[in-house]
Amino acid sequence: MHWTKWASAALLTAVAAGTLVSAQAPAAPQALYVVVLDAAHGGDDAGARLTNNQFEKNITLALSVRLRSLLAARGISVVTTRESDIAIDANKRAEIANHAQARACLSLHATESGSGIHLFASSLTPTQPVRFAAWKTAQAGWVTRSLALEGVLNSALTHAGLNVTLGRTTLAAVDSMTCPAVAVEVAPQHGTGTATELSDKDYQAQVAEAIAAALVEWRTEAQQP
Amino acid sequence: MIPRHQIVIFSVLLVASLIMGVALWELREHAHQRLLAGQDSSPTSAPEVAPEVQATLIVANDSDGSLLSQLHSLPLPAEPNARARAVLAKLLDVYAAADATHPVPGGGSAVQQVFLMPAVDTSTAASASTVGGKKPVIAPADPDGPQLAVVNLLGSFAANHPSGIETEMLTVLSLCGTLHANLPRVTQVRFLVDGAVRATLAGHADLTRTYLTADAETTQGANP
Repeated sequence: MHWTKWASAALLTAVAAGTLVSAQAPAAPQALYVVVLDAAHGGDDAGARLTNNQFEKNITLALSVRLRSLLAARGISVVTTRESDIAIDANKRAEIANHAQARACLSLHATESGSGIHLFASSLTPTQPVRFAAWKTAQAGWVTRSLALEGVLNSALTHAGLNVTLGRTTLAAVDSMTCPAVAVEVAPQHGTGTATELSDKDYQAQVAEAIAAALVEWRTEAQQP
Repeated sequence: MIPRHQIVIFSVLLVASLIMGVALWELREHAHQRLLAGQDSSPTSAPEVAPEVQATLIVANDSDGSLLSQLHSLPLPAEPNARARAVLAKLLDVYAAADATHPVPGGGSAVQQVFLMPAVDTSTAASASTVGGKKPVIAPADPDGPQLAVVNLLGSFAANHPSGIETEMLTVLSLCGTLHANLPRVTQVRFLVDGAVRATLAGHADLTRTYLTADAETTQGANP
């Protein structure tokens, strides 16, 4: 019977394939590279009042949407804390980030003070990651990685010709995140006699491109144990 | 027809009421005069003006996010709480000036009070655990050891403070650094706004935590 021969051949092939698979060394599961974008403020919490009657919550959301598109185009999974003008408290933001088991978490802010991009890691004293961390200081175990991520972002933004200021800060949402987390605060770019406003679409695109490039570079570092 | 005895009684009562009214009025006047005599507001001693001394202010600069050490001469009271309030008031006066490198409205009056108290060693407190069902015992704070400063700010200062991570952190760190520079025993600082704990200064910097003055490192020194 033809069908019997065909079935036998298929069975032998399947067994052989199974043997081959089992004979190979078990490959380490490739961890998914997830980035969390946290557009600060939203809803009743408008954040800083910027020039041209703009609010911080709108600038951060626009930057988050732009970054999400850029990262998705590069094959990076993105989780955002908000996609519209809604209020989310700091604990909920940290919960979303921690559930995503992200390799990088960016808290996006905007201000009229200062110049260029301000990068902040948590000011908590670095500790070893522990299984059960206190909620308000959960970031302590990740500060070292956060500082490394801050360095990568600094390189990419500086390479893009933007003024960058590095610092440490105390933000409730970031301090509760269990991932390499950096607060990115975008300010107008002051040059010699010129100033680029936050509402400038080209400026927003330049910042988003530089951050996306940094996160692509960070992917290789994040894969390392 | 009203009986005669009732007219006599009514007249007596009326006269008695008038006499008592006059007596009460006189007593009130006497009491008022005695009260005024006791409130002699004329100055009895000349006010003391504290001598001007050099104070170190840790001044923030928004353009590069730095903290600079500056020397200013100002009269400082000897009492530590008042001294702490005076240096912070001077710092906020610098920020309220027109040419400030870190413009923040409010001025010196924004610092309502500063309270200094022995600091609790947080590492000791955190590691203290219940052993054998007994309550944790935390060693009493050393009266000559590190101090915690509680700074009470005006609500209007927080409400009008520019919003942003960098600008808020610079304000907080410069206040902490200025306290430590002039009162070296101050190593921890907590902030209240109108006497109550507030979540953030202006939407970003967390005011629910205790800040360490060691976090406020200056980049360089300068004279104004």
